[in-house]
Amino acid sequence: MANAEQFFEALGDPTRRRIFEQLRSGPQAVVDLARIVPVSRPAVSQHLKVLKQAGLVVDAAAGNRRVYRIDPHGLGPLRAWLDQFWATNLDAFAAAVEKDETT
Amino acid sequence: MTVSTISPAAVRKSIVVKAPPARAFEVFTSGMGRWWPGSHNTQPSPITNVVIEPRVGGRWFSTHEDGGEADWGRVLAWEPPGRAVLGWQLNAEFQYDPDFITEVEITFTPQEAGTLVTLEHRNLERYGEAAERVRGMIDADGGWGGLLQLFGTEAEAAA
Repeated sequence: MANAEQFFEALGDPTRRRIFEQLRSGPQAVVDLARIVPVSRPAVSQHLKVLKQAGLVVDAAAGNRRVYRIDPHGLGPLRAWLDQFWATNLDAFAAAVEKDETT
Repeated sequence: MTVSTISPAAVRKSIVVKAPPARAFEVFTSGMGRWWPGSHNTQPSPITNVVIEPRVGGRWFSTHEDGGEADWGRVLAWEPPGRAVLGWQLNAEFQYDPDFITEVEITFTPQEAGTLVTLEHRNLERYGEAAERVRGMIDADGGWGGLLQLFGTEAEAAA
């Protein structure tokens, strides 16, 4: 399952961000995505693999092509977001507890 | 084409604080308004306090500078100083939805150095049942679109 670190890393790359944003308009095949980003088709496949591991996109076979789309439920990104959200909150909580203990 | 349903693992976090469990429980619950990040707000008006009514069925809500209140959820289990389960009823757009509920369980375990605090936010698959709302979160300016912009800025700063 994706964690926040994978999520940040996946979207920290401008090419992957471009691919992800492109998929917001609908499912697309690797060959189509390769036309809109200035990298080779194998490189696009590699970027998609990273996005998939981060839980941001899912893929399916359509004939002899592989079609990618944003996780239909958006749960990968949502979960990664919540992971970060609670990490921030717990840090703030710990700081409050320890401030009390030292004053 | 088949699209598999994704059932995400619960979000689990833990932290050790230098205070006994009773103190940690109290700060987490009745003191939530003192540490909750102001940026994590469901309303336009700034948060003045975050209140958890200390009983099963109690409300969990924020109060705001404009005098308003905003529900977040309710207490599902209340077992000080060891455990509490809060019903998180904010949907993917951070709006209160009485028909939507996910669970946040917090435990407080004594340790030599203080207290081990664990937090588990579960039932995340229920967000999938509200797929349209999740879609809204991805598309909204303050949602994924906004986050993507942030990543862009950070990536440029790092370059």
